[in-house]
Amino acid sequence: MTQALWIAKTGLDAQQTRMAVVSNNLANVNTTGFKQGRAVFEDLLYQNVRQSGGSSSQDTLLPTGVSLGTGVRVVATEKLFTQGSILNTERALDVAISGRGFFQILKPDGELAYTRDGAFQTNDQGQLVTSSGYIVQPGISIPEGAQSITIGRDGIVSVKLDGQTSTTQVGVIEIADFINPSGLQAVGENLYVETASSGPSQSGTPGLNGLGSLLGGNLEGSNVNVVAELVNMIETQRAYEMNSKAITTNDQMMQYINNNL
Amino acid sequence: MDEMIYTAMTGAKQTEIAQAINTNNLANISTTGFRADLHAFSSSPIDGPGVETRVNAVVESYGTDMSSGSIVNTGRDLDIAIQGDGFIAVQSADGGEAYTRAGDLRVEPGGLLTTGSGHLVLGNGGPIALPPSVSLTIGGDGTISIQPLGSGPETITIADRIKLVNPDPTTVSKGADGLFHLSDGGIADADATIKITNGALEQSNVNVALTLANMIELARQYESQVNLIKSSEDNADAAAQLLKMN
Repeated sequence: MTQALWIAKTGLDAQQTRMAVVSNNLANVNTTGFKQGRAVFEDLLYQNVRQSGGSSSQDTLLPTGVSLGTGVRVVATEKLFTQGSILNTERALDVAISGRGFFQILKPDGELAYTRDGAFQTNDQGQLVTSSGYIVQPGISIPEGAQSITIGRDGIVSVKLDGQTSTTQVGVIEIADFINPSGLQAVGENLYVETASSGPSQSGTPGLNGLGSLLGGNLEGSNVNVVAELVNMIETQRAYEMNSKAITTNDQMMQYINNNL
Repeated sequence: MDEMIYTAMTGAKQTEIAQAINTNNLANISTTGFRADLHAFSSSPIDGPGVETRVNAVVESYGTDMSSGSIVNTGRDLDIAIQGDGFIAVQSADGGEAYTRAGDLRVEPGGLLTTGSGHLVLGNGGPIALPPSVSLTIGGDGTISIQPLGSGPETITIADRIKLVNPDPTTVSKGADGLFHLSDGGIADADATIKITNGALEQSNVNVALTLANMIELARQYESQVNLIKSSEDNADAAAQLLKMN
């Protein structure tokens, strides 16, 4: 059947995927530490129907040929790791990263995952965990009866125990960075896992070697720009309509030839 | 049967190809840095005995629309858009040099700079490899400056410079991989006058209204060709009717 129908179909597919990415961004506009996604489009391979520069006779060349594009595809849905806005919550166990880096989290399957969501809690053993209950690495335990908890810019967690005048250091939160954060794989629960294209993680003390510093009592909001996403949505919808129009037109061409011959 | 039916058939077939080219532009309406393909029809006479009546309409790629697409701000450090004419030099699959307008760049784990579709970006001497860095800035002329890992902001060094070229538009053509190549297979010289904008991407330059109008025109043209096929059939019918005995 006609190629144009299938080319328009690739356009519909790609716009549909883009709409899913936009919707996911909008749905996560209030998710702590969420990073907006972006659909990356690429044109598909071209077909040479008639090669330009071929011989039209012994002495003459075809000045132009016919090359036929075969459509479009979504080649990646990448995350944009720009800084989200920092929201002051006054809660001692809320931590935001200002700058590069990710908190390291131990998943139940024993693998490390990474997150920008610093809304930490303590579990029944006093360990610092994420909202899903996964333990923050390196492990930090808040002793029983701690009166106040302070998380410093360099990741040092100190507590003031009942009956003491000075604070006690109970651990250090280390953060990890990647050469290509866009290559991380988002796995849900605000977590990312390392892939071959993100490169290995390089962990270190916050504030040193280009890593961001920690802000206790703050959370990082989603970096989704609502206005931009709404404009993206309008553009996606219209582009979808145009491609569906192309399908209708091609359908009508087929219909015409069927009805008239 | 009359040769008219074949002339009309060629017209319908070629219109289908033109419609495919046009639909491809429409499908790539959101592709970063995409350049619309142009098509044109030319007449291709068929010589033979008798009167010269058979002239086929044949579709031709008429090159690529080189006008700029609109530039949209993204705020991402590694997004670059070229202002005006020019191309970013990348390595094509066969190891040669090709050119693109898509400036959504990323850094591979090994430090190589690639485009969104994975082509290596070329610098002063081959593919650009960046040392581990704290921050990375791309200047208005493609110069990449970095603050190496483990050093302060006072140590910012120039790592490389993205090769930007501006060959004569008539000497470049789009290859099967969607990248631009010099028609003679050569390599374009770097041009220091090309300016890029950081934190922005260039959108597809497909003109929506024009493409939709083209689509309607081609659909109608197709119907005309089909009508001609029908007429030629009617003619043959009429002739057969006349020649019928009894």
